[in-house]
Amino acid sequence: MPAEAAISGSMRPQPYRVTEVLRELDDVVTLRLAAEDRAPLPFRPGQFNMLYAFATGEIPVSISGDPSRPDELLHTVRRVGAVSSALAQLERGAVLGLRGPFGSHWPVETERGRHLLFVAGGLGLAPLRPAICRALARRADYAGITLVLGARSPREILYAWQLAGWAAAGAMKIHVCVDHAGPEWGGPVGVVTSQFPRALDGIAPDRVSAFLCGPEIMMRHGCGDLEHLGIHPERMWISMERNMKCATGLCGHCQFGADFVCRDGPVFRYRRVRRPLGIREV
Amino acid sequence: MEALPNTADAGMTRPRLIDDPRDLLRHFLGQGYRILAPQERDGVIDPAPLTEPEALPRGRVDDQGPGHYRLRDGDPDRWFDYVVGPSGWKAWLYPARRKLWSAERTDDRLTFRDATTAWPKTVLFGVRPCELAAIARQRRIFAEGPYVDTAFAERLERSIIVVVQCARSAPTCFCASMDTGPRAVAGYDLALTELPADHGAAFLVESASQAGDDVLHTLGGATARPRDHAAALDLSRAAAARQTRTMPDDIAGGLKLRLESPVWADIASRCLTCGNCTLACPTCFCSDVEEVSDLSGDHAERWQLWDSCFNSDFSFIHGGPVRSSPAARYRQWMTHKLSYWHDQFGSSGCVGCGRCITWCPVGIDLVAEADRLMAEGTD
Ligand SMILES: Cc1cc2nc3c(=O)[nH]c(=O)nc-3n(C[C@H](O)[C@H](O)[C@H](O)COP(=O)(O)OP(=O)(O)OC[C@H]3O[C@@H](n4cnc5c(N)ncnc54)[C@H](O)[C@@H]3O)c2cc1C
Ligand code: SF4
Ligand code: SF4
Ligand code: FES
Repeated sequence: MPAEAAISGSMRPQPYRVTEVLRELDDVVTLRLAAEDRAPLPFRPGQFNMLYAFATGEIPVSISGDPSRPDELLHTVRRVGAVSSALAQLERGAVLGLRGPFGSHWPVETERGRHLLFVAGGLGLAPLRPAICRALARRADYAGITLVLGARSPREILYAWQLAGWAAAGAMKIHVCVDHAGPEWGGPVGVVTSQFPRALDGIAPDRVSAFLCGPEIMMRHGCGDLEHLGIHPERMWISMERNMKCATGLCGHCQFGADFVCRDGPVFRYRRVRRPLGIREV
Repeated sequence: MEALPNTADAGMTRPRLIDDPRDLLRHFLGQGYRILAPQERDGVIDPAPLTEPEALPRGRVDDQGPGHYRLRDGDPDRWFDYVVGPSGWKAWLYPARRKLWSAERTDDRLTFRDATTAWPKTVLFGVRPCELAAIARQRRIFAEGPYVDTAFAERLERSIIVVVQCARSAPTCFCASMDTGPRAVAGYDLALTELPADHGAAFLVESASQAGDDVLHTLGGATARPRDHAAALDLSRAAAARQTRTMPDDIAGGLKLRLESPVWADIASRCLTCGNCTLACPTCFCSDVEEVSDLSGDHAERWQLWDSCFNSDFSFIHGGPVRSSPAARYRQWMTHKLSYWHDQFGSSGCVGCGRCITWCPVGIDLVAEADRLMAEGTD
């Protein structure tokens, strides 16, 4: 009798049910998920899951909810292609496949006593939100919390309702800027890096730990500018995006220099990736 | 592969001498093993199921060079003077296409089921030292990390590996400089050395595992003498000495300092980005996934297939591939193989088998390009 070996179980998803769909922006939804037949999934801020849309495919999506509420498993998805569109079209009650969580996390808990600076570009706020929730839950551990958020236009500010709540609670400072806006917009217009001097005003740069997520070019320039302003490359982290097929270090797709983004990342200490980030097409 | 010796005396059975490799094949066939062994088919010698010991390609030799492979007649009495073919063992242990799982949609549920794979107890017969090293490197990735490809691990576990030590090197071989050959010293179950005709006895058979010992015990044959060992070592030394290609010693660190070298663009001006090198390479492991669904719409399957870093979609995100230029793709292949592999898995990703050189349609030579890169200054 030939032995029967199951092919790598780590590639097989588990069924999860969509318990709520939140329309965030024109092309962005947040799915609330619950495991069909297992306990809620503990995760760390910055980790991601592979979400599978039946008969379409599977893509990496960051977990965007509060890590202290794993029963409220949230993923925020922008519709860009086949799989993300299929996921964004799911309705309450639909079932999808999920494997994870995978990858490294934002190390907010090791940065106690410091001033936390979160920098998000567009949908980059989604993977950062769990870290912000974690930091706010332990506000006394930190000297301060600041969020600098860039969006293309005022209509494309993600989680606007929550930003308003955070600002009102007074536990953190929030600076929002947009690339372009009509006259109704009272805030600053410009790239996200243009807000750094204002956001860091009065804060000693050697006390700042920065967490950046957004388009690669934004993170590269952002880290460069922050380094210029005196923040140490050891105290900055970014979240990288690469094509991913397995999330388990076996398919080779996500390689970035010597690192596998799915396994060694997606969250990297800036110092570790500074060199390859500066080289084209790595 | 049987585990390395885990009892004090496993692999301690004294090597034997046998006259004819077919005796070994008959032994395994008699025990009900499936045998995979190199055979000539469609102009190449590559492993395939063997039911008839006469099917070994005795007396055949492979001429190899950059972009060149041709079989011809050699010494009709020699059994194993050819070296490695295009496919090798990778396609058996890690199939080019396989089902991972299937999903059923019923009412409002989704059920996932793992695919399974059948693998009878098998003898991998005629594995070359560089190929043994390549199998170990893939095992490091698939079976010794935090996530395990259970099918790969299972296949290897249910296989007996019989190495054939190399008496001849092709001009494309550079295993000596990668420290993987031409003589394997561990990690196999049995190893055969085809001794020179003037030595008198045909084959030295060594064991490195309990399974190998068990076979040696039943084989019969004379116990090897010191002069037989000496002849085997001489033969390996001579095969190493005939190799003409040598990978630069400092290539792993050196490439990291040359990521922006103009040589990449020069190689790219010749490279067709066909990916032959990655398919032929016995350590290359990258894969893609594919969704297959049927007309009913309630059944879907996930398949895995080999992929290549030379495909432009390989690095696709958002609007386009990260590595759109052929230069960046060649750089990815070479730096991964020769440099980053050390950081990732603790060894080189190259075992010096020369396949990428032979099977490149335009004859791009990995070693020559490595030399050229190292001759250029750093970034
Ligand atoms: C670690 C990580 C976290 C992510 N988190 C989120 C998130 O929270 N929300 C969100 O909306 N998106 C996120 N993305 C991006 C998301 O995975 C892509 O938008 C998605 O893969 C696009 O797939 P598609 O089939 O819809 O698009 P297509 O354009 O049809 O893509 C075809 C294929 O290319 C690959 N691909 C394309 N774009 C990307 C990409 N940006 N990253 C990786 N692979 C890609 C995928 O394999 C995809 O199936 C994340 C990506 C990574 C790597
Ligand atoms: S890189 Fe070339 S020589 Fe090295 S193991 Fe792969 S195919 Fe063989
Ligand atoms: S190096 Fe040769 S075999 Fe490899 S992709 Fe380029 S042309 Fe094809
Ligand atoms: S996604 Fe497959 S190795 Fe990282």
